[in-house]
Amino acid sequence: MKLTGLEVRPPMTRTADSVRTSFVVEPKPVPERTPSVISIDRLSVLYGTHVAVKEVSMEIAERRVTAIIGPSGCGKSTLLRSINRMNDFIAGIGFQGAIRFRGRDIRDPGYDPIDLRRSVGMVFQKPNPFPKSIYRNVAWGAAINGYRGDLTQLVEDALKKAALWEEVKDKLSQSALALSGGQQQRLCIARAIALQPEVLLMDEPCSALDPIATARIEDLIDKLKAQYTVVLVTHNMQQAGRVSDYTAFMYMGELIEMDATGRIFTNPQVRKTQDYITGRFG
Amino acid sequence: MRQPLRKAREGLIYGVLLGCALVSVVTMLGIITVLVSESVPFFREVSVWSYLTGTRWSALLEPRTFGVLPLLAGTVQVACGALALAVPVGLGAAIYLSEYASPRLRTLTKPILEILAGVPTVVYGYFALTFITPDILQRIFPAAEVFNAASAAIVVGIMIVPTIASLCDDALRAVPRSLREGAYALAANRLEVTARVVLPGAFSGVVAAVLLALARALGETMAVTLAAGMTPKLTLNPLTSVQTLTSYIVQVSLGDTPHGTIEYQSIFAVALTLFLITLTINVIAQRMIRRFREEYD
Ligand SMILES: Nc1ncnc2c1ncn2[C@@H]1O[C@H](COP(=O)(O)OP(=O)(O)OP(=O)(O)O)[C@@H](O)[C@H]1O
Ligand SMILES: [Mg+2]
Repeated sequence: MKLTGLEVRPPMTRTADSVRTSFVVEPKPVPERTPSVISIDRLSVLYGTHVAVKEVSMEIAERRVTAIIGPSGCGKSTLLRSINRMNDFIAGIGFQGAIRFRGRDIRDPGYDPIDLRRSVGMVFQKPNPFPKSIYRNVAWGAAINGYRGDLTQLVEDALKKAALWEEVKDKLSQSALALSGGQQQRLCIARAIALQPEVLLMDEPCSALDPIATARIEDLIDKLKAQYTVVLVTHNMQQAGRVSDYTAFMYMGELIEMDATGRIFTNPQVRKTQDYITGRFG
Repeated sequence: MRQPLRKAREGLIYGVLLGCALVSVVTMLGIITVLVSESVPFFREVSVWSYLTGTRWSALLEPRTFGVLPLLAGTVQVACGALALAVPVGLGAAIYLSEYASPRLRTLTKPILEILAGVPTVVYGYFALTFITPDILQRIFPAAEVFNAASAAIVVGIMIVPTIASLCDDALRAVPRSLREGAYALAANRLEVTARVVLPGAFSGVVAAVLLALARALGETMAVTLAAGMTPKLTLNPLTSVQTLTSYIVQVSLGDTPHGTIEYQSIFAVALTLFLITLTINVIAQRMIRRFREEYD
């Protein structure tokens, strides 16, 4: 069956074992439909001969949060890193199928990956600020990409959008390494935002953070979707349930099911998805 | 029954390892003792002040004067010339290896660097004397003498390139991958990532590599003696013969200078001088390396 997040599904035919999820209290409403920004078309990614992502097709909706969940090693990071070509550097990696960003094949030889990464930013699992000042961290990407406007203003705006401005406005020239883990992660989000991207890819952005810092990042992601398209890889199903509009469940390289988050968590179509979100494996 | 046996064996291994560690400490103390005790009689004859500030070194010919500045100048001239050549080349090679080369090329190149570092230094000396000076330097600068500082600087430079390349490569590669990825994800190209993230991140490691190479260049003996000759001279002209601290020691050691004479004692004073200089540089380099480790652990 073809699985995309935007398809309108026929009425549910309930299976015998009705689904009971333990934590989604109220089903999320199905989000309003928006156009697709990124379209992944039967993408397979191979490390040598090992197929890490197998014939995955999905549409990423504009200004929505799409969560990718699935057990460790199922290919979430590989898929995410394919979207901004961060895994180009790996020796022996192979791709089949296509990813289109705004209709354009990102592996087209005429498409400079640097142009792509200007529009598709990334936040990593472990905060990785540069050993430079807070200001220079945020200004760095914009500066090397020839930003012509007022850098100071840009830094301030990015830090505000990342909900970090109030905490750091008096110490912009201090080292970013002196910030807490949660602050560092918000700084990395600010750094990505300062490039004015359309899409933000986040690979388990909270897995190195404590619950309070995690809650702040989740709030932030919720605000970011007013302006940005977010693709979020997470191990934490509560998190996917809380912040995402669409959820994609992957298993052993394949996309098993993708749908509006409310539906995935209350009424998944595939047994495997149900087993995973109810914690029966993974 | 087995426990005491194990304990005894543990103790034995501990003792052997401690012994190994002590050997190097004892050797070091021995060297210092010999250098100092043999230098003391020298400095009874020649004041430390006149030794350190004297501009004429004439140890073997009358009138004898022991001003170490010409030897120091020769040493510094050769070592700095070598660094000026070797740092750009070595650092460039390291950047290429760590940031640009394919993994296959890297596994091929690293052993070659290590082999290059293992070539006996006397070979480099003859290379300078029989090729660099006549076939390169004297073609370009007819005024170049047979023995000259420039040829010494060039071969010492070639000699320390592998050291610098290898140590800088380690330093560059110690910069965490996450920093590089962060930079690439911000739409940086390879050059920007290398120049603005990796190099600054590896800075103290690179400086440590340069300092260790400098210590080696200062202490280099055979190649320098063969290439630069043995004329103690306070000059800036790299095309003339100079004498370094090390080649003076060679000269006296090879000659038939009797024990107990002042010229015999003078080599210990010169050796002590060199020892103190390289020790200082090594200590600074070790500090930098330690700081560098702390940055990324
Ligand atoms: N650089 C690589 N070289 C070879 N195989 C890799 C590489 N990176 C990942 N893999 C393999 O590809 C598969 C998918 O890995 P990936 O990192 O995408 O999983 P993931 O879903 O992100 O897992 P996790 O939840 O643990 O982060 C795994 O089997 C992994 O071992
Ligand atoms: Mg992952």
